[in-house]
Amino acid sequence: MITMDRPVHKKISRMDFGLFSPKQIAALATAKVVTPELYDQEGYPVDGGLMDLRLGVIDPGLRCKTCGQKLKECPGHFGYIELARPVIHINFVRPVFDLLKSTCKYCSRILMPEEKAKRYLVLLNKVSEEEGFEARRRKVKALVTKFKVKDKCPHCQEKQEKIRLEKPYSFYESDIRLSPIEVRARLEKVSDEDVQLFGFASGFRPEWMIMTVLPIPPVTIRPSITLESGERSEDDLTHKLGDIVRINQRLFENINAGAPEVIIEDLWDLLQYHVTTFFNNEVSQLPPARHRGGQILKTLSSRIKSKDGRIRYNLAGKRTDFSARTVISPDPLISLNEVGVPLAIAMNLTVPERVTEWNKAHLRAFVERGPLLYPGANYVIKPDGRRKTITAETKDEILTELETGYIVERHLIDGDTALFNRQPSLHRMSMMCHRVKVLPARTFRLNPAVCNPYNADFDGDEMNFHVPQTEEARAEAEVLMLVETQLISPRYGLSVVGCIHDGITGNYLLTKELILQRPEAIDLLYTCGVRDFSRLPNKEKLDGREVFSVLLPADFNFSGTDRSGSEVRIKNGVLTSGLMDKANLGQESGLMLRNIYETYGPAYAAELLGKISKLGIAVLSRRGFSIGVSDMDLPAETKAEIQRIIAEAEKETLALIDRFHEGKLESLPGRTLVETLELRIMEVLNKTRNKSGDVAMKQVRDSAATVMARCGSRGNVLNIAQMTAIVGQQALRGKRIEHGFRGRTLSYFKRGDLSATARGFIKNNFKSGLRPHEYFFGAMTGRDALMDTALRTPKSGYLYRRLSNAMQDLKVDYDGSVRDASGKIVQFAYGEDHLDVSKTKGGELDVKKIVEQME
Amino acid sequence: MSFTITKHLLVPKHSKVSDAEKQKLFAAYAITEKELPKILKDDPAIAALEAEPGTVIKIERNSPTAGVAFYYRVVANG
Repeated sequence: MITMDRPVHKKISRMDFGLFSPKQIAALATAKVVTPELYDQEGYPVDGGLMDLRLGVIDPGLRCKTCGQKLKECPGHFGYIELARPVIHINFVRPVFDLLKSTCKYCSRILMPEEKAKRYLVLLNKVSEEEGFEARRRKVKALVTKFKVKDKCPHCQEKQEKIRLEKPYSFYESDIRLSPIEVRARLEKVSDEDVQLFGFASGFRPEWMIMTVLPIPPVTIRPSITLESGERSEDDLTHKLGDIVRINQRLFENINAGAPEVIIEDLWDLLQYHVTTFFNNEVSQLPPARHRGGQILKTLSSRIKSKDGRIRYNLAGKRTDFSARTVISPDPLISLNEVGVPLAIAMNLTVPERVTEWNKAHLRAFVERGPLLYPGANYVIKPDGRRKTITAETKDEILTELETGYIVERHLIDGDTALFNRQPSLHRMSMMCHRVKVLPARTFRLNPAVCNPYNADFDGDEMNFHVPQTEEARAEAEVLMLVETQLISPRYGLSVVGCIHDGITGNYLLTKELILQRPEAIDLLYTCGVRDFSRLPNKEKLDGREVFSVLLPADFNFSGTDRSGSEVRIKNGVLTSGLMDKANLGQESGLMLRNIYETYGPAYAAELLGKISKLGIAVLSRRGFSIGVSDMDLPAETKAEIQRIIAEAEKETLALIDRFHEGKLESLPGRTLVETLELRIMEVLNKTRNKSGDVAMKQVRDSAATVMARCGSRGNVLNIAQMTAIVGQQALRGKRIEHGFRGRTLSYFKRGDLSATARGFIKNNFKSGLRPHEYFFGAMTGRDALMDTALRTPKSGYLYRRLSNAMQDLKVDYDGSVRDASGKIVQFAYGEDHLDVSKTKGGELDVKKIVEQME
Repeated sequence: MSFTITKHLLVPKHSKVSDAEKQKLFAAYAITEKELPKILKDDPAIAALEAEPGTVIKIERNSPTAGVAFYYRVVANG
């Protein structure tokens, strides 16, 4: 047996796949299975049964009759059963069909003139030599599809009949069924040379695709489970094999007893069915074999296939220790780089630390506190590799023996390194490294600014948490994956994190309109972590910009624009003009953060972002920021004005409809008359909403809503217009609400009514409230939007899976070319321009600035 | 109606690469023919060139990021 202390090194140079001959199957087998019974009265496996002890052990304590090893040591051994009648292997139906179609019924030669066959054989060997095995396979496939069914054999001149495959596994020759025995007899007669043209390697025979013996897989791959009641529950495969053995025995008995041919045929068919479903229980034309309860049996191919199969579930998908998952919630007070970890999780996950001369006392203290007191330790690992659990009983013993070389698995503490991830992991920022901050309560806490890269919100989202266990892993995670190193997106070269919500609003108000008394300013700055006030101008009354400027580095220069289009200028760390809004502070926009990152580094940028956010929040909480229904009030004149605009629009649509009915409407080029009418009406109505929205916006007081819309932190002008003035036209698939089968949208309207109101125009606003039919139209478009997202998410998810699987091992080589794993070139210059987007600003390389810096 | 696809706006210019240039390309990327992307001998875009298998085809593509980008493909049999 191979043991861990003496590893065996072998390099696999090649692997052959092929068919087993019946002789090989029998020779490989350790037991011949003859009875469907599994256990005798004492519950002991029956000799010659499916659980025969020669097939391996699955019970602790028993020894394998073949190799003499115990459970977990014995790898299991194959057995076999002799089938009373041959059956076809379901996965080889296609090649068998191809062979039958293109070989002679009488002389069994390939239906192809001698010279031609020889030529193809030479070609095939040439292809495989020159281009490898893969190319040979493709060639064989091309050849086999090219074999035309001929009416006459070119060798013996006999007439050929047409062979038909009745799915899943019956062959007919001019409406007479070919039994597997006949099929097998024909395949046996095909010569070794001809068989090569079908892609068979030498030494393999096509008749082996029709099975006369069936290998029985070892019990170790189909272990039975003992239920709590002591009852045994067998694996699906064992059940299926039981069926096969049972039918096989009956078939044997009937044949020996000379039963009528009909009965034998029926049993034979049944045997074929059982053997087929043993290999594949998802054959489309066959009813799947089921448990008594109706549950579909999981047989061989369903063990391997698809999402829950061996490959995707067990081999590609590994589960991991030292990880945790729980709900996330926001905490704007922790740093961007931190993650708040619930105490309960911190006491369960551990970090191994090796005891040395220098940290002995430190680690001893952890062990002394034990697993129940935080920060303690859960395990120690002795130098010999044995792991000991720390409990109240073992603690004293462990403490006395604790020595250099021991490893203590201590609780997570503040500052530990951890990985944090939210699915779907669509880009590299979906998994970042955070510093642990142990906090009370039961949720993971994260700075709301990192929601964007994770695409997280707090409506119940959960996230995963992993603790690296070695120094190397920790170093790698910190250097490559720490949040601050991920600020600049490799997709568009701008910061993926930025101030959000109150962080933006607060700074906007601060830089726009606030005048502060000196103590107020000091208080604000102190709250967001400033301790050095020397850069605050020595005045009693301070401008908001002067307060904001204290956060900026003293030598920072910047010029850009804010959302209103006016210039933002920062000179020597002082904001001289412009406002701080989303264009400068927000995520995925603005160059201010990008420039700070570039000049002062990731750590500084992350810290500054935290300070700016806190400043904004502090400003808002001191100034007060609230919203009320009265914020949406409009003066009577404005209301009248909006009513006038709406009335005008309705008149205009009615006029259009009238002209349409009178046939006076001129159609637009390439449109029908109805389409023209719809387009014209849509145009009028959309114009109405914009116009009344503009009128309303002029009148709306400087409320919280307008401030937020203006600085870009939340909401937009349209939202405000919908609240104060008019909701507007509801559209389904780019059209007004259609009239459906009965010629009207709702029974509230007359049939054929084309007016604005009848086709989804909402002329009320959210404050005044909607009429019932308006509410219904709103619900229609709302439902449509909901359905759309619900249907699009899985579609784009699958598209992404295909893309990432196809491109996962592409890399940019040192010469700038993009290559696949085998070194083949995909692109000669990465992105055709060699640019690393994360080193650019929004995809553009600022050459001017580089030149400036050079000088 | 006959139609020359090589004259179409969206079909980039395909041209044969001389032996010397081919050697230079191979040296620059440290590759052999095996590493190059392939193009079918009877691909409509190079049908007029009558290139033999093993010939390298240079493609001049308009690129939104780089202006003009060069791409090389080796002629292969079907």
